[in-house]
Amino acid sequence: MLRRYSKVLLVVTVIVAALVMSGSVFASTEAAAAPVAAGSSMPWWGWPLILFVVTFVLGIVAVLGGVGGGVLFVPIIGGFFPFHLDFVRGAGLLVALAGALAAGPGLLKKGMADLRLAIPVALIASSSAIVGAMVGLALPQDVVQKALGATILGIVAIMIMAKKSEYPEVKQADALSTALRINGIYHEVSTGQDVNWKIHKTPLGLALFIIIGIMAGMFGLGAGWANVPVLNLLMGAPLKVSVATSKFLLSITDTSAAWIYVNNGAVLPMMVVPSIIGIMLGSIVGVRILAKAKPTAIRYMVIGLLLFAGARALLKGFGI
Amino acid sequence: MAKEIKATEEQIAYAKLLDLGMKLGLLALVIMFTIYLTGIFTPHIPLTDVSKYWGLSVHKYLEVTNIPHGWGWLGMIGKGDFLNFTGIAFLAGVTILCYIRIIPILFKKKDTVYGALAILEVLVLVLAASGILKSGGH
Repeated sequence: MLRRYSKVLLVVTVIVAALVMSGSVFASTEAAAAPVAAGSSMPWWGWPLILFVVTFVLGIVAVLGGVGGGVLFVPIIGGFFPFHLDFVRGAGLLVALAGALAAGPGLLKKGMADLRLAIPVALIASSSAIVGAMVGLALPQDVVQKALGATILGIVAIMIMAKKSEYPEVKQADALSTALRINGIYHEVSTGQDVNWKIHKTPLGLALFIIIGIMAGMFGLGAGWANVPVLNLLMGAPLKVSVATSKFLLSITDTSAAWIYVNNGAVLPMMVVPSIIGIMLGSIVGVRILAKAKPTAIRYMVIGLLLFAGARALLKGFGI
Repeated sequence: MAKEIKATEEQIAYAKLLDLGMKLGLLALVIMFTIYLTGIFTPHIPLTDVSKYWGLSVHKYLEVTNIPHGWGWLGMIGKGDFLNFTGIAFLAGVTILCYIRIIPILFKKKDTVYGALAILEVLVLVLAASGILKSGGH
């Protein structure tokens, strides 16, 4: 059964990669031929259909690899599709936003995501995301491509090196988190235990969310890759609380950045809607496969994909 | 028997509204996009021409397609492509509604600091949504 799923996923990935590669050849050839707007020899629905199929696969891979859809969407769609990076980032933010909105209610109701932890962090991250979005839309594309490439490669490094701690040791809560009463209890289903948690190093953690917010807005990546290490490793929230709160946080951070992209015209429904539907359907399928798949192998695949897409973005930034 | 852990009142209220808003938003998105594809409402940019513009920077795109900034799309809502923005704007507005929902709960519980933080968040999101903030060209 497991082998069947793996084979199906591999075949779909290869087909999609081939489609995208062939399409990107078309796109680059035509872009060189036409100085302003590159039309496509494909019918108008060709690219949106490929986008739907690719985002469906990305949805599966994202769940299995334990990453958000946005972090895969922007470098891969930006690197291999004919869409301008402005629209890719706008779509990426809305894809990450839709995923976070869909996951939020369940995580909040179960008490996995914590509103008291999220509210101060979200205020800082969402304010910074506005700045990031405005700067990102104002910068030349080659600069954004280079920065995006470097960021993706940095994310790969974080994914490879960052450790996780199920229950970080927090000897004493700091003054700020004590004043804000950021602590809680969650029920760990696997052990049947109630886990009491508190956090520390809150001022430093909040300061880091300024950078995270700016990067989320600038690149449209979502920010789970940065949220989780800061909440878990630095501030000491349990891993499950960190992951759930991070996912919920994206619904707030990406809202502010998404509005900047919407109001500045960087949202094309023909890209956004197939992407959102594709990635959400993919996520549903991914969750079903998750129980039977080998997460480690998939995680290496995600790291490989990001490495490739990050290098591609960097090279595009240098005009190579 | 394990004691039942319940999320706070404001967390549950937030979650319920988010759940409803997210479902309505996604449904609206799918319906509007279907209407767009069927051509019931003529789009501002014909479906066959969209590919001519998606490779342009957003500034060039707005210039050549004569599309207004900010909430200007509301004036073009009768066009099939701009109809989609109602679903997108709704999804992007759900979080603001959720925050507004929990503000009275927080103040009722005398949680003044979090009540103030929630008001600040609403102001930040409304500022982002207002269309006042424009990005420079590149």
